[in-house]
Amino acid sequence: MIEIICSGIGGQGVLVAGMVLADIAMEDGKNVSWYPSYGFEMRGGAANCEVKIGDEDLMSPYCLEPDILLTMSESAIDTFEERLKPGGVLLVNSSLVSKDRKYRDDIKVFKVPATEIANELDNHRGTNIIMLGALAGASDLYDEDHVRAGMEHYFGKKGKNNPKNVEAFNAGVEAAQAQK
Amino acid sequence: MAKVLMKGNEALAESCLRAGCRFFSGYPITPQTEILEYLCWRMDEVGGKCVQTESELAGVNMLLGAAAGGMRALTTTSGPGFSLKQEGISYLCGSDLPAVIVDVQRIGDALGDIFMGQGDYWQLTRGGGHGDYRTIVLAPESVQESVDLAYGAFDLAEKYRHPVLIATDATIGQMIEPVELPEMKEHDIDTYDWALKPREEGEPQRAIWNRYWDWEDGGHKYPAYCLEKYGKMEAEEQRWESVQADDAEIVMVAYGTSARVAKSAIVRARKEGIKLGLIRPITLWPFPKKAFDELGGQVKAILDVERNILGQMKDDVILATGNKLPVEFYGEYWDNMSEIKIVEIAKEMLSKY
Repeated sequence: MIEIICSGIGGQGVLVAGMVLADIAMEDGKNVSWYPSYGFEMRGGAANCEVKIGDEDLMSPYCLEPDILLTMSESAIDTFEERLKPGGVLLVNSSLVSKDRKYRDDIKVFKVPATEIANELDNHRGTNIIMLGALAGASDLYDEDHVRAGMEHYFGKKGKNNPKNVEAFNAGVEAAQAQK
Repeated sequence: MAKVLMKGNEALAESCLRAGCRFFSGYPITPQTEILEYLCWRMDEVGGKCVQTESELAGVNMLLGAAAGGMRALTTTSGPGFSLKQEGISYLCGSDLPAVIVDVQRIGDALGDIFMGQGDYWQLTRGGGHGDYRTIVLAPESVQESVDLAYGAFDLAEKYRHPVLIATDATIGQMIEPVELPEMKEHDIDTYDWALKPREEGEPQRAIWNRYWDWEDGGHKYPAYCLEKYGKMEAEEQRWESVQADDAEIVMVAYGTSARVAKSAIVRARKEGIKLGLIRPITLWPFPKKAFDELGGQVKAILDVERNILGQMKDDVILATGNKLPVEFYGEYWDNMSEIKIVEIAKEMLSKY
């Protein structure tokens, strides 16, 4: 069972990042559930989704001890860092988080300046894909080539594959692997 | 057919269309709104009618009209809106009309809140409308089961000429899971001779009204008719899933999302050598009493697991066990159900009983 929480601010694409991971799991023939925050959520407010992936029968869709926490805002870290499994991976969008911030010392933290990278690539809506690439590069639970292919497959099914996605994804992989 | 990722609400809506439903009338309310939103465009593609009504009252009464005309008709709502549907449900029962009504449950009395909850068990299973009726209540635990139960719900409604309720919840409605959709079916509105249609000259008048007014005996056989109808539902329609109940010392009873958490609790408990099992009602009414008849003598106590404050299903569990076993309750209101808490409670119960 793998538990992943993707969290950030509405409009950053955290729900899509989680959906790509859910789609990869489904295409791999696994059980997967994707459960979003809903209702009050809006552009600029907090947004998150919980992704649970497993081989077993249906289980609880709620993440108690996530293996991976993909965050895109400081408030997302405030909310979810505590829940991360010891030894788990915390992905931080360091462009938007205070440099002095202290993290738990029993987790692996990867600081990816995703917003800055997106600006450099002239791909302002690509921060979520950069973070997704960082997740693939950082976590031992994922193979980066598999996630890249899965991402392209996901957007391809929607009929809107953009070559800029791969560029953004690769930049995220690099940023994470440089910290390994 | 290949699996696709779909949100529970949308998958349920699509499944109803595939079952031949060509009429929807309802009003938006979180966490149910995606059903209406989806059907607003999708119903056009299959040649049906989707009406966003001015209220839930209009939604359920328009549904009654469509059902009277022989259509496979659907309305959906949540919590406060489900209260408003109750009068219409009583009228559907009194008129012997098949239809499907979905309650995507949330928490709280009054306005409550939009969050996950299982607050409507009593209203679903006892009937919040006036009179002397019962309705079959189907309770899925996943997006796939939402699809499967919704697809069969219209057949079930027509088998008994009676409304069928589907009780999902906010988590199942909002969640996305891989799902396999069934084949598209068309339903002929002239399938049943009781359905209303324009009268030809010389034909007798048809009306949909309190059912016993149709009968020459003045309705004196109506009580026996009702007892037979509801008795048949109780005898034939009980559905459940038993999970590792064969050797369990503590058996949980949980439906919907709470059953999913209960299944995770079983995995945790068994790793610690605690024999925990589950009976998952798939029909809330008729309550699956037969599942409890199968329990062995090793069972020490029952734990009712529900996302509400009062443990609404507990009375049914006590009745189903013949009051022979201790029954405890674990619930949550604001927080998600916790498999860790379930295991702690199971340990306490084992030391007590």
